[in-house]
Amino acid sequence: MSDASFLSLEKLTLAYGDTVAVKDLDLSIRKGELMAFLGPSGCGKTTTMRSIAGLLTPASGRISLDGIDITRVSANKRSVGLVFQSYALFPHLSVFENVAFGLRLKKMPASDIETRVTAGLKSVGLSKFASRKPAELSGGQQQRVALARSMVMEPKVLLLDEPLSNLDARLRLEMRTELQRVQKETGVTMIFVTHDQGEALSLADRIVVMLNGAIEQIGTPEDIYNRPVSRFVADFVGFENIFAVEGGKLRAANGPIALSESLPPDTAGLAWRPRMVTLGSGPFQGTVRGASFSGSTREYLLDTPLGAIKAEEDAGLAAHQPGTELTFDLPVAKAARLERFG
Amino acid sequence: MTPRIFSPLVLFLVVAFLIGPFFIIVAASLSGGETLAFPPQGFSLKWVAKVFTVESFRESFAVSMFLAIGGTAMALVLGIPASYALSRYKLPFGETIRTIVSLPIIVPGIIVGLALLRYIVVPFGFNITLALFLAHTALVLPYAVRVVSASLNNLRSDIEEAAVLLGSSRAGAFFRVVMPNIRSGILAAFILGFVTSFNQVPVSLFLSGPGVRTLPIDMLSYMEITYDPSVAALSALLAFMSIGIVFLAERFLGFSRYV
Repeated sequence: MSDASFLSLEKLTLAYGDTVAVKDLDLSIRKGELMAFLGPSGCGKTTTMRSIAGLLTPASGRISLDGIDITRVSANKRSVGLVFQSYALFPHLSVFENVAFGLRLKKMPASDIETRVTAGLKSVGLSKFASRKPAELSGGQQQRVALARSMVMEPKVLLLDEPLSNLDARLRLEMRTELQRVQKETGVTMIFVTHDQGEALSLADRIVVMLNGAIEQIGTPEDIYNRPVSRFVADFVGFENIFAVEGGKLRAANGPIALSESLPPDTAGLAWRPRMVTLGSGPFQGTVRGASFSGSTREYLLDTPLGAIKAEEDAGLAAHQPGTELTFDLPVAKAARLERFG
Repeated sequence: MTPRIFSPLVLFLVVAFLIGPFFIIVAASLSGGETLAFPPQGFSLKWVAKVFTVESFRESFAVSMFLAIGGTAMALVLGIPASYALSRYKLPFGETIRTIVSLPIIVPGIIVGLALLRYIVVPFGFNITLALFLAHTALVLPYAVRVVSASLNNLRSDIEEAAVLLGSSRAGAFFRVVMPNIRSGILAAFILGFVTSFNQVPVSLFLSGPGVRTLPIDMLSYMEITYDPSVAALSALLAFMSIGIVFLAERFLGFSRYV
């Protein structure tokens, strides 16, 4: 085992009955990495996470962790922690006993349990709440108890299911900082599942974008944001002008359009964010159909022979009124080059 | 008559109808006379005292207690896993199973009693105590499943997965995090089952036999021979026992949430 494949999934296929949720998935995760599984609901991200936890047995494929094949190892012997979206605290136990639960099962001496639980609660800032019941805590506090409960077990991998989605904006920022701190302090390998690209981009070291039970793209937040490789990822991260490329030509509403620059042969599409569209000069013609002002920028919707185009300009520039004819350009140099256009 | 007077009047009549017999029984049991009568003739506690001296009452009380406690415990032993399976897994015919389990609530006791006697107890030669025990278990089972299911449905199922990921086995998770959280539901089911079994007449009527009968059946046969106020005294004592149990259950469990 190298550090590059601390946790690895090989040809992993997961199914619920006859419904295949994830097909032939390959993925390697480094030790100490903070990884995000990003995708819309039903893409298989939660299913994949549950299989890493051992709550779902793969139909085929292999999962190995720290050099050990854990595909058939039961969930209670994997050293994998999971913070549930609903936190799943035990309602009948105090905060202290919730955190101590796993340590007691390990038959650890009471004094060690006391020390570890106290330290765990202190690190999430909940020392004062040790004797409370979960129902007496706010959602954010419950989540931190759940985090402490998993972390005192010193898991090899910590999984988090939608860790920020139930929190309000202020708590979200707090929890994001909290997770980064825990990760930095303990060096634990973390994987979190989210449908929110903002969360994934701001928190993760690397992002796995999933769709229909398969990986669309793996990369750093910069890779995903600036260099999407498929139409789905481009659309997901805000490229709103996406065109297929066939035989080096752009496939537009009015037929193929030759491009000024030649493209690598495996180019399947090109995509531009609205602000990458140049207005006022260029080879294309369009009519402003709508304009909206959003403070620092103005957004335009253009009717063009290529189809509808969304463009964005600094609000400092003069506004284009609806109905105006405009020339514009889609600069190939700025575009994201898509390898797949499925 | 205006509705404003009408509805309190109806309420009063309903309450009188429900509670009235109870007062009549209590009054009759304190009678000084020799026969069961209302209004009571004089005042005396001798009939209340006599209840405790009647040998057959003591025996049938023991039988009833055994059936109510044992039958309800057995119904819970069967009913808790059944409720768990019905609420946690998508079973084939799950709804059908639920309906079958609750049939004894719907089918009149007299039919259940007759059917048990005619098709199970007689052909298979069950002894009376076993037959009564099985019948009471079956009678209480629907209440056990209903009440336990209600508290299971209020409990999130992911806490079991959380327990497993913290090192517990699946079975361990059930005993460590499910059972403690449905404990008051189980206790409520036990009390409801106990009261139902203890007061059960029709089924016991068919299944009681020589030497073994439940308290309500024994009271019926006692009355056929001896028409004195001790039956009223016993009824009043049993009624107070039920009220006490339900009062405590309501006080400590919020019993009415479950039934």
